[in-house]
Amino acid sequence: MNPRRVTIEINGGTYEREIEPRLLLSDFIRHEAGLTGTHVGCEHGVCGACTVQLDGEPVRSCLMLAVQAEGHSLRTVEDLAAEDGTLHPLQQAFHECHGLQCGFCTPGFLMSIEPLLAEGRDYDEREIRQALAGNLCRCTGYQNIVKATALAAERMSSRAQAE
Amino acid sequence: MKPPPFDYHDPRSIDEAVALLAECGDEGKALAGGQSLVPLLNFRLAQPAALVDLNRVAELSYLRRRDGRLQIGAMCRQARLELSPVAKEGWPLLGAGLALVAHPQIRNRGTVGGSAAHSDPAAELPVALTALDARFKARSVRGDRALSADDFFVTHLTTALEPDELLVEIEVPALPERTGHAFHEYSRRHGDFALGGAAVTYTKGDGDRCSAARIVLLGAADVPLRARDGEQALEGQVMNEELAREAAKVAVRDIEPTGDIHGSGDYRKRLIEAMVRRAVLEAAA
Repeated sequence: MNPRRVTIEINGGTYEREIEPRLLLSDFIRHEAGLTGTHVGCEHGVCGACTVQLDGEPVRSCLMLAVQAEGHSLRTVEDLAAEDGTLHPLQQAFHECHGLQCGFCTPGFLMSIEPLLAEGRDYDEREIRQALAGNLCRCTGYQNIVKATALAAERMSSRAQAE
Repeated sequence: MKPPPFDYHDPRSIDEAVALLAECGDEGKALAGGQSLVPLLNFRLAQPAALVDLNRVAELSYLRRRDGRLQIGAMCRQARLELSPVAKEGWPLLGAGLALVAHPQIRNRGTVGGSAAHSDPAAELPVALTALDARFKARSVRGDRALSADDFFVTHLTTALEPDELLVEIEVPALPERTGHAFHEYSRRHGDFALGGAAVTYTKGDGDRCSAARIVLLGAADVPLRARDGEQALEGQVMNEELAREAAKVAVRDIEPTGDIHGSGDYRKRLIEAMVRRAVLEAAA
């Protein structure tokens, strides 16, 4: 129950705080680091809204304690767009394909999908749907999220080929 | 939806971890990947006074082949086992079962030992490990012991582990030559808990007759359930549709799955029978 002093790396910055061990990582990200792009939905690992990347892999931040993140590298949705505000190709594709309506689930979708696209290849619809299956969206019916993911994958693979 | 307060320990070695578990006694709980325990904490269905977090015990995260056997450190992440070339080559049933466990985000964090020690009868890994005749190695300050799946899984959310014992390794023996496998389950949505399922290993001997088979049922009872009568129905026989149907019928004859909002007990029984039939046919193909 004793508070602990931790230093946690998020998006390349470090956040040193004194926290209770029971503090969830999702709450550390939002309330301690002030990064409110990560959304909290169900708080038991079902909805995927709070998905962040831990050492490059998507994980549920509501199923981790903040103290466990020390020594690891975290990445949240705030890190996707460029500093000048240029959207990440995946965000741009969500925008163009209407892959979001209310936007609550979007950060989780983006952080789940983004590591896949880094491979720079095309995906068939089945692969995309499997990759999205861990994230719930109650607005779109998923069709446009699948479209947006395919579009982003296509753009990123042609960009990777051009390089 | 926030965990209750607890004392938090993050040991760096197995020795340190088992010493802490001994010290905490009934009030302590080991935290592995947290994909089942943290939701229980968030719901306050579990309120341990102390957590012994294993995530910094580096010596528990191995995955290796030794003397033909697959040795899985308790903290090996499920995603690692699922994608491991060694496991794929020698024990493909593990990958087949793991692909059905929740979602990649969960498997990135969830561990093999955590799933075993959680002992959820609707979970895929305990069923696959039972079908593969795995040994569960436990350590405490009192010493080491190894348990078979039959002895390890006691009932719903309960294993034979004592409060001071830590599951350190799961060891899977090599499969005989000409052994096929299959894992079938049905769930309402991909990644949900299954309503029922079955894992099968099937070994062919002379004249393609079945020389050994294991059928383990998912969601049929409070533990992964070996259907020994179904296995016997296969032994010495050559596979065909009729035999698969007969073995499936025998395999579920004595089970009484519980019904709930997702399906009645009768429905589940029929469902599990169908899963056994499909898995037996695929494993023997």
